[in-house]
Amino acid sequence: MIPDHPAAAPAEPVVHEIDFWRDGRTVGSWLLTKDHKRIGIMFLAGVTLALLVGGVFALILRLELLTPDRTFIGPNAFNQLFTHHGVVMIFLFMIPAIPAGFGNFFVPIMIGARDVAFPRLNLASFYVYVAGAILLLATLLIGGLDTGWTFYTPYSTTSYSTVALAVVGVFVVGVSSILTGLNFIVTIHTLRAEGVTWHRMPLFVWAIYATSIIQVLATPVLGMSVLLVGADRVLHWGLFEPALGGDPVLFQHLFWFYSHPAVYIMILPAMGVVSEVVSSFSHNPPISYRAIAYSSLGIAFIGFLTWGHHMFVSGMSVFDAGAFGILSMFVAIFSAVKVFTWTATLYRGRIAVTTPLLYFFGFTFLFVFGGMSGVALATASLDIPWHDTYFVVAHFHFIMVGGTLTGFLAALHYWFPKVTGRMYSERWGLVSSMLVTLGFFFTFMPQFLLGNAGMPRRYWSYPAHYQWMNVLSTAGASVLALGLLITFGYLTAAVLRGRRAGPNPWGSRSYEWRVPSPPPTHNFETLPRWRKGPYDYHYGNGGAGNGDDRQHA
Amino acid sequence: MNELLRQLLYLPPQASTVARGVDHFHMVVIITSVLGAVGVAAAVALFLIRYGRRREEGRGGMRAAGGRVAHVPFGLEIGVIGGLLALFVTFGVIGFRQFVHLRTPPPGAMEIYVVGKQWMWSYAYPDGSATNHDLYVPVGKPIKLLMTSRDVIHSFWVPAFRQKQDVVPGRMTTLWFEVAEPGTYEVLCAEYCGTQHSTMRGRVIALDAEAYARWSEGRAAPEQDLAAQGERRAAEVGCLRCHTVDGAPHIGPTFAGMFGSQVRLATGQRVVADAAYVTESMMDPEVKIHAGFLPVMPSYRGILQAGDTAAIVAYLRKLGEVTASQPVSPPAQGLPGVHAPAEEIP
Repeated sequence: MIPDHPAAAPAEPVVHEIDFWRDGRTVGSWLLTKDHKRIGIMFLAGVTLALLVGGVFALILRLELLTPDRTFIGPNAFNQLFTHHGVVMIFLFMIPAIPAGFGNFFVPIMIGARDVAFPRLNLASFYVYVAGAILLLATLLIGGLDTGWTFYTPYSTTSYSTVALAVVGVFVVGVSSILTGLNFIVTIHTLRAEGVTWHRMPLFVWAIYATSIIQVLATPVLGMSVLLVGADRVLHWGLFEPALGGDPVLFQHLFWFYSHPAVYIMILPAMGVVSEVVSSFSHNPPISYRAIAYSSLGIAFIGFLTWGHHMFVSGMSVFDAGAFGILSMFVAIFSAVKVFTWTATLYRGRIAVTTPLLYFFGFTFLFVFGGMSGVALATASLDIPWHDTYFVVAHFHFIMVGGTLTGFLAALHYWFPKVTGRMYSERWGLVSSMLVTLGFFFTFMPQFLLGNAGMPRRYWSYPAHYQWMNVLSTAGASVLALGLLITFGYLTAAVLRGRRAGPNPWGSRSYEWRVPSPPPTHNFETLPRWRKGPYDYHYGNGGAGNGDDRQHA
Repeated sequence: MNELLRQLLYLPPQASTVARGVDHFHMVVIITSVLGAVGVAAAVALFLIRYGRRREEGRGGMRAAGGRVAHVPFGLEIGVIGGLLALFVTFGVIGFRQFVHLRTPPPGAMEIYVVGKQWMWSYAYPDGSATNHDLYVPVGKPIKLLMTSRDVIHSFWVPAFRQKQDVVPGRMTTLWFEVAEPGTYEVLCAEYCGTQHSTMRGRVIALDAEAYARWSEGRAAPEQDLAAQGERRAAEVGCLRCHTVDGAPHIGPTFAGMFGSQVRLATGQRVVADAAYVTESMMDPEVKIHAGFLPVMPSYRGILQAGDTAAIVAYLRKLGEVTASQPVSPPAQGLPGVHAPAEEIP
C-alpha cells in the first residue's frame, strides 16, 4: 500500500452532514433520489452489468471461433451474439460508462456545485436508459437481432430478426444520452463556483463538456436514422431499401455521421480521467493545461468531419475518400497532442506507482497503437485490403477497450476512495491490471495479423489457415476476463472491509479531494471559493494542506 | 526484405500487379506506428522508473509536490506537432494517390459481370458463358469486374490481390485487378450479409494465356455471341415492346445510337449512357429518367439473371454503333398519354 502523502493528508474536515450513502437507506430513497452522486452510482451499477453481459457474449464468440467450423453454436446464434455484444457494449456500457457514471458523480463536485442543473432530468435520464436497456434485452429474448450493431440496410430491412424493437431501444438509449449531455452543458456553464473559471476547471470537466456537445449534436441523427430503418421495414417507406427505390449508401452516411463522433463520446471521457490520474500521481501540473483542454474541443469538432473514412469501399466517390482521409489525420493530431502532454507531465514528477497509474501506462501503450492503426486505416489505399477485416476489429478494440475500458478502470480505482470512503488492495490492483493489459494485448494483437491475412469480420466459420491466431486470441480473452473478475472481486471486498481512506489519500490537489470521502449529500455546506486551482502543485505545502484555501463565504 | 516482412506481418501472397506497392506502403506505415507506440511507452516507462517515488521518501515526510514549473518551449511544441501532422498528411496523400490507382481500371480491361446474392457469387463472361463460385481469368491481362447484388450488400474481397469493393443492390460498382501469377485465390465476402455470410466464398482461378484459351474452348461453346443472346433476351423479357432499335421514339428512348451517347435526364443533368447507366436503368429505372419520357418502366431486378444483364448490355453496346435514322429525342408532339415533353414532367 502506498502510504498517504503526509503533506497532503490533512486533518479530517469538520463534517456537519452525513455522507450520501447514509442519507436515507430505503430502496425508495435510492430510486427516487435526485442526488447526482446516487444517480451516478446507479448508472455505474447499470453499466457494470452491461459490461458483464457484453463480456459473456464476447467469450462465447471467442470460444466458437476456436475451430474453423462449428464449435458449439450455429451461424444464426453467432450472428445474434456478435450483434448483441456490439449493441450492449457500445450503447449500454461505453457511451454512458464514464460520463453518466463518473461524470455524474464528479462534475458537480469538481466545479463546486451542489448538484447538476436539472436533477429531475438527471434521474429521468437514468430511467430512460433502463427502459432502453430493457427494450434491447427484450429483443434478445423475443427473436434476437442479427444485423450487426451497424444496422446496415438493406440487410436490416429484410432480416428475419427483431429489428423494429431494437431500433426503438437504440432510440430510447439515445434520448438518455442526450439528456445527460444537455444537463452537463448547462451545469458547466451556469453552476461553476466562484473562482472556478473556465481555465481552472479540472481537465476531466473539459472532457465531459466536449463529450456532451457531441452527445447533444450527433445522437439525434442516429435516433432518426435507425427509426427510418424501422419505417422502411414496417411501413415500406423505401428510403434505404433499393427494391423500393431507396439508397443503402445514404444510410451508411447518416449512420456514421453519428457513429464516428460516438467513438469520441467513448474515448474523450477516458482521456479526461487519464488527465486527472497522470497529474495526481506524478504530483505535477499538466505540462500544458490548454493543450489538453482545447484538444478535447478540437476532437469534438473535427470528429464530425471524418465519418466517410468508414466507407472507402462502399462505392463512395474517389474524391470523397481522399477528403475524408486527410481530415481524419487532423483528429489523430489532437490525440497525439494529448499523449505527448500526459507523457511530458510525468517528467520530473514525484510519481506514486498505483493501480490507476498502471492503467494509465496500459492506456498509453494500447491507445497509441490503436491510434496509429487508425492513421493507417485512414490512408485510403491501405484501407482497401483492411476494410471489414479483423484488422479493423483489432483497431477499434485497441481504441475502445485499450482506451475506454482502461480509462474506466483507472477511474474506478482512482475515485474508489472518494466514492466509497475506503481503500482497495493495491496488491490485487497490480495483479489484475497486469492481467487485463496483457490479456487484452494477446486478445487483439493476433487480430491485427488476422486482418493482414485477410480474415473478414463477423465470420462464424473461416478458412483453416486462420486458426492458430484465433486460438491465441481466445486464450488472451480468457486472461482478460479473469483480470476483470478479480477486479470486481477485490473491489467488492474493499467496499465492505477496506481501510478508511480519508479525504485525500493520493495527495491530489484537484477539487474533488477537498470534500470528505464519501461526500455529504450536498457536497458543500457552503459553496466553496477556491483560491488555488486543481493543479497547483508548485505551491508546495502552504497552509493546511488539503485545499487550505477553502473559504466559507 | 519484402518477403521477410510479408511473412512477419502475416500478409497473403502478392498475386496481383498492385499488391507489392500496397504492401510496401503498408510496411512503412506499420513500422512507423510500432516505433511511435514503443517510443511513447518507453518514455512513460523511463519516467516511471526515473521519477518513481521511493518508498522511504514517501515515509520520510517530504512534501507532496513535484514542484516543477517546467515549460516546453513553444517552438518545440509547434515543431513536434507540425512534423507529426506533415507525416500523417503525407501518408494520407500517398495513400490517396495509390487509392486512385487501385480504383481506376486501365482502359481495355476485359469486362466480367459479377452478381452477388445470398450466399454465392456468379460471373458472366464476354463470350456469353457463365460460372458460379469460380471466376476464371487470364494472367497478365487487366480484368474489370462490373458488380451488382441481387439482395443485400456484399463485398468482393480477394486477399491475395489486395482488392476489395462493396457490391451494392441497385448500383453498379467496379473492381479491377491484373493477376501476376497463375494460381487459385480465395474470394471472401467481406460485408456481413446474413446467416451464411462466412461461407460465401469463391475462387479466382488464374490461368496463363494458353490454358485460358483451352479452358474457354473446352466448355460447351455458347450457341451465339453475347450480343445475339442479348437480342434474344431483350425480346423475351419485353424490352423491345417499348424501345425501338431503329431510332424511332416510342414509349421509351430508342436503343439505336444510345450506348455511349450523352443522355439528358428529366432533372436537366447529362449522363453518358455507359454500362453502369444502362444496368442501373434496368434495375432501378426511376432513378435517372431520360428527359421526355414518363417514368413507366418496371424494374427488372430478379427477372434478369447476371448473364442476361451482361448480354443485354453487350447488345446495347452493339446497337450504340447504329446511327439513328431519326433524332433520339422524342418529337415535340408526343403520342398523347404515352410520353410527354420534358417540361411537363413534374
